[in-house]
Amino acid sequence: MKLSIADLANVARGAAFLGTGGGGDPYIGRMLATSAIQEFGMPQIIEPHELDDDATVYTIAMLGAPTVLSEKGASGEDVDLAIKRIEQYMGKKADALIPIEIGGVNSMLPIMAAARQNLPLVNADGMGRAFPEIQMVTFNVYGVSCTPASITDEHLNSMVIETGSAKRAEDLVRVTSIEMGCSVIMSSYPLTGKQVKDYAVHGTLTMALEIGQAIERGRKEGEPVESLVNYLRTTPYYNQCKVIFDGKITDLRRETSEGFTQGHCLLSALDGSGKTLEVTFQNEFLIAKEDGVVRAIVPDLVCMVDRETAEPIPVDALKYGQRLKVLGVSAAPIMRTKESLAVFGPQAFGLDEEFVAIEDL
Amino acid sequence: MMRIGVDVGGTNTDAALMNGDQILASCKQATSQNVSDGIINAITTVLDQSGITPAQIQCVMIGTTHFTNAFVERKNLLDVGIIRICLPAAQGIPPLLDWPEDILTEIGSHRYIIRGGYQFDGRINSPLDEAALINAAHDLKNKGIKTVAITGLFSTINGKMELRAEELVRQIMGDVAISLSHQVGRSGILERENATIMNACLADLSHDVVNAFRNALDQLDINAPFFISQNDGTLMSAEYVEKYPVLTFASGPTNSMRGAAYLSGLKDALVADIGGTTTDIGMLSNGFPRESSVTVDIGGVRTNFRMPDVLAMGLGGGSLVKQHSDKLTIGPQSVGYQLLEKSLVFGGDTLTTSDIAVAAGYADFGDKSRVEHLSEQLIEQAVSQIHQTLSDGVDRMKTSATALPLILVGGGSVLINRDIPGVSNIIIPEHAGVANAIGASIAQVAGEIDIVISYDKVGRDNAIAQAKEQAIAQAISLGAIKESIVLLDIGETPLAYAPDGAVRLRVKVAGDLYITANKA
Repeated sequence: MKLSIADLANVARGAAFLGTGGGGDPYIGRMLATSAIQEFGMPQIIEPHELDDDATVYTIAMLGAPTVLSEKGASGEDVDLAIKRIEQYMGKKADALIPIEIGGVNSMLPIMAAARQNLPLVNADGMGRAFPEIQMVTFNVYGVSCTPASITDEHLNSMVIETGSAKRAEDLVRVTSIEMGCSVIMSSYPLTGKQVKDYAVHGTLTMALEIGQAIERGRKEGEPVESLVNYLRTTPYYNQCKVIFDGKITDLRRETSEGFTQGHCLLSALDGSGKTLEVTFQNEFLIAKEDGVVRAIVPDLVCMVDRETAEPIPVDALKYGQRLKVLGVSAAPIMRTKESLAVFGPQAFGLDEEFVAIEDL
Repeated sequence: MMRIGVDVGGTNTDAALMNGDQILASCKQATSQNVSDGIINAITTVLDQSGITPAQIQCVMIGTTHFTNAFVERKNLLDVGIIRICLPAAQGIPPLLDWPEDILTEIGSHRYIIRGGYQFDGRINSPLDEAALINAAHDLKNKGIKTVAITGLFSTINGKMELRAEELVRQIMGDVAISLSHQVGRSGILERENATIMNACLADLSHDVVNAFRNALDQLDINAPFFISQNDGTLMSAEYVEKYPVLTFASGPTNSMRGAAYLSGLKDALVADIGGTTTDIGMLSNGFPRESSVTVDIGGVRTNFRMPDVLAMGLGGGSLVKQHSDKLTIGPQSVGYQLLEKSLVFGGDTLTTSDIAVAAGYADFGDKSRVEHLSEQLIEQAVSQIHQTLSDGVDRMKTSATALPLILVGGGSVLINRDIPGVSNIIIPEHAGVANAIGASIAQVAGEIDIVISYDKVGRDNAIAQAKEQAIAQAISLGAIKESIVLLDIGETPLAYAPDGAVRLRVKVAGDLYITANKA
């Protein structure tokens, strides 16, 4: 695939949709990518099958508080350093970079990194959505070690950690990032070309772009949500999708606990039927229940969009009175296996409900 | 207090002469090419109407959309020296990155990014690189730049480095305009910097406009102090507006909502300003408009100003009513200011919402016989759709399910005569046509604090008390009477991924203006 700077707005919108309410503001990421492309040129985007099996592929992502991110952005040198440190530690130069998550700001940061490093970027990621913790990736599920992982800040302080488990890496990085000013750059899960082919969710950069384009096209034609749904049905993963609710927010509760924004959002149907939908979130939207009955549940995607414009609505921007359409969208098959559900199924988020695929609900 | 409120809009200049709670006179005049003339005309009219002499006037409050219009129309903008104090952070996105080309040709691209700034919790991230700053200032001086925008990393948490930078730039560049980001914007460096640059490019214009206001009052022999209303419906001194014109950008809708609150005597209510083409719906909370929490594009530039949260809908007194085979549509097209020529009741050939109101029998103007041919079914359907549109807007702006009063202002309020769901009662106050001038005349002085603070370390109650104290001190320093200051709003947003229960805390207070004596 080929990208242009003009495409980035649509990639960002698609990434916000796949972020299912979380993942950070892709606007900042878009600006970072735009600036890097203007200076260093557009990186080459390659497909997983173009990688040699023994190719060296590193992930690159930003981790921290969205409020801090919107003030500090990334410096660029911190991104370069994160890659350099992992290369040194592994003793292998990168052949390509790959996003760890396609949802939110981390869809864009790898574009910046690839432009700066003059490296190809792989059209794939580790989840096809966004998740709040480092261990919640397909690579971890299928046995790729999260570490060695490098962490850098804008002062070019850096650390390389090795841990016994991805969860332990998450715990250590979380503490480190606070000391580093609540916004860090991280390269984790060093991959081989074969691992990318086997375990990544393929083609997600293209899909983010095309989701953005479908929404844009829908706005011109008059039915943005319909256009979005029609497009999703043509994709290899997101094809089981439905508008599960059309309603207005009538109650909203948020709380922050252990660094995560958690809460519930209640919607009432606009058709006067009296039906209500409760959406529970922890950074991302996790589960939607209509009058107590599950309509969509993680790792399938629960997405909220403005009912008129199909603009994806992040958790931070929810407010009383908003009129939204709630979509349930199937996750990639590799995200729904028994092994995957053990790592980021409903129980990983403290939910009591079992996972049931959207097409069976 | 005897005072005059003036609203200088793009089309009309309105004035209202008030004594205490009493409205002695009001008028609407066309805005003149030369701002002073329109103000002089409007003020002269209300003085004549009321028989009050200029010497009796104790204070003049002016609301204006002049600066917003100038920026949107790219008129009279200066080249700006842009200094961002942030390194090594925030260098991935240079200033002006996604500004429209047509503004850049007006304001140039004079950008300097230097070391300095704070962390999210107020710790120093890196000390201010004074040598680099001095170099930048010399460079800007050599370029002949007359206005400078300074933005520091997390300056909303601590403004000291920006103040120090101002001092140094002043030493080198002398008498230039300097805009500091912590005075205009909020958390989010790009949006705050954008607002600061917008402010800086208006420096010449703000000087001219404030002088035009001054001259108008001098010519009228009004020696009272005058103030200008800002986005949040509170007042700024003329000197402060000269420095920070950007703070007036959203004062128009704010003044109209504040005026509506005053005229109706309500503090918590919905306001719908129904004009010829659009309806603006907002929410009053404690007498002030609720502010928008999202970014706002002005003239193609992303900002995060303190703006009232207003929903604009395509419904007005001139909205076209069109019959299609299966449905009826109302608006968004409108005959606008040509209502008096084009609508049926005024002899035209276009069916508008005003015609529907007359045909339905609850409005009485123009020639009723010209709408007698409309079928009852059509009238009923149109009336019901007009009310449905307003109901939808009201519903979207409400923040809770509790029924609230709805205040209607603007000429289009004649369209409404049925109950609106979720609304306890509908009020159409007298003098609703000059609600914005009245809004300006009743403006108060505010103080606002926006910080990130750890509830775990400081304690919630303690943190709020501290912030409130700082906000009150700020209001007093701007001229508020201490005893009159009330708490307007507390906003708490827990920060995800931050330690120690870090919370972004915003506290806002406001009080009545203290007038010492007439100016010399």
